[in-house]
Amino acid sequence: MLKIENLETFYGNIQALKGIDLHIEDGEIVTLIGANGAGKTTTLMSISGVVPPRNGKIILNGKDITGTAADDIVSMGLIQVPEGRRIFSELSVAENLDMGAFLRNDAAEIKRDMEYVYQLFPILAERRHQHGGTLSGGEQQMLAISRALMAKPKILLLDEPSLGLAPIIVQQIFDIIKKINQEQGTTVFLVEQNANQALKIAHKGYVMETGRITMSDTASNLLADDEVKKAYLGI
Amino acid sequence: MNGTYFIELFLGGLTRGSIYALIALGYTMVYGIIQLINFAHGEIYMIGAFTALIVSSVLSFTGMSPVLIFIIAAIAAVVWAAGYGMTMEKIAYKPLRNAPRLSALISAIGMSLFLQNYVLLAQTSDFQPFPDLIPDLAFLKPIETIMNTTQFIILVTTAVVMVVFTLLIRYTKMGKAMRATAQDMVMAQLVGININKVIMFTFLLGSATAAIGGVLISSHIGQINYYIGFLAGIKAFVAAVLGGIGSIPGAVLGGFVLGLTESFGTGYISSDYEDVFAFAILIIILIFRPSGLLGKTTRKKV
Ligand SMILES: Nc1ncnc2c1ncn2[C@@H]1O[C@H](COP(=O)(O)OP(=O)(O)O)[C@@H](O)[C@H]1O
Ligand SMILES: [Mg+2]
Repeated sequence: MLKIENLETFYGNIQALKGIDLHIEDGEIVTLIGANGAGKTTTLMSISGVVPPRNGKIILNGKDITGTAADDIVSMGLIQVPEGRRIFSELSVAENLDMGAFLRNDAAEIKRDMEYVYQLFPILAERRHQHGGTLSGGEQQMLAISRALMAKPKILLLDEPSLGLAPIIVQQIFDIIKKINQEQGTTVFLVEQNANQALKIAHKGYVMETGRITMSDTASNLLADDEVKKAYLGI
Repeated sequence: MNGTYFIELFLGGLTRGSIYALIALGYTMVYGIIQLINFAHGEIYMIGAFTALIVSSVLSFTGMSPVLIFIIAAIAAVVWAAGYGMTMEKIAYKPLRNAPRLSALISAIGMSLFLQNYVLLAQTSDFQPFPDLIPDLAFLKPIETIMNTTQFIILVTTAVVMVVFTLLIRYTKMGKAMRATAQDMVMAQLVGININKVIMFTFLLGSATAAIGGVLISSHIGQINYYIGFLAGIKAFVAAVLGGIGSIPGAVLGGFVLGLTESFGTGYISSDYEDVFAFAILIIILIFRPSGLLGKTTRKKV
């Protein structure tokens, strides 16, 4: 579904990605774990076309999308829930969901999908007329995921969805991610620092350190790996 | 206190304020989306006025009715100015989008000087009479001394433009895209908004409203030259800052506050200080509300 080859991305003269390779199959949950500053966000922003890479290839469903404009990538069904949620704080909850469906024209289906996300997160239905900025962190994350679902993702990229949330909410978010993957068949690429939780729901995992992929294996092998345990699982 | 005189000044202030508001919209929208003070925006207003002058001069030979000429000239001005605005964005600002902000600002000042001088060469520095194409409305006859026909047209047109504008921003897909882009340009891209189109449309819209202002005020005052965009542009910019730059209702409110201040100031104090009032009210308001009347108080995140 998504294949990354030798990706290199720079901020000015600073090289944030030093040639990374990733492979995500249809229907999988793949996680990318790594410490702060490793280059996880840069990886997602490069894939989404927001921070164009200098070298390397991004192949989506067999098509080279390197250098494609961000909005065109969205139209291909690759949708990102960015770090920090980035809710449109002065738009209402409902308008935020509308924005998620920006490129769609099927009004009736959009409405159905909106009902679906309201069912997934009933609290959003209650707050539909409130400004996005008035929601709590957990509610904002639910809205960010829902907004992405409104775009009908074929592959969903999530950047640290558990960041700064209470443990009970974190559990709920991970459950939903798993549910989306299982029920809708949506492929998921999950970036996390919460390695333990991420590896528990993922099929496969990559470990990233200072712009390079240093390990890749099945999620269960990574969970059992001594080095991973020491560095990322705090065991 | 003389009541009629007060009303006269009040209506005069609303008229000025309408024009400031129409121009201020462009400043505030562009700032809201790309954080650029488009210094050349006043020139778009001036070019709108000249376009209307040229088109109406040509059409005056056709024997068309003056009102029809005025409408055609106004439409031509709006279309032509919008074209200028979009072209300006494309050649002077888009290439600098990722450059430091100061570069784009300098480019804007350059654009302003370029457009002024180009019109100066083409049209000389002399004031040129702007034709009076709007026939006096009969029902205004009794109150002619306090409100004449062009004033009435300015107020009505501005009101209509504001309503259409608000509906457009609030309910259309492009309006929502503009608001989303102003709030978070990266996120806007991540939901599939083509920000190049949004920015282009912002320039189109701002230029169109400025041109409407240019045509209206020219018919009211009756003469134009290459320099009219400079002072009007600065005043409208003051209005935008006064209202809270980036805020659309703020630009409108700022325009009216400024127009009324100037009108009452010149009427009750002295017309010698006409241009001082604008800056005096700006300073006073910014002391008490540094982000403008309706501006957001920006809390810096640490
Ligand atoms: N906008 C930027 N400008 C310059 N350097 C950046 C920018 N964003 C990230 N970086 C740098 O790139 C590296 C990778 O950052 P990032 O992708 O955000 O890591 P992560 O998401 O894994 O925490 C870091 O060294 C960071 O300082
Ligand atoms: Mg990050």
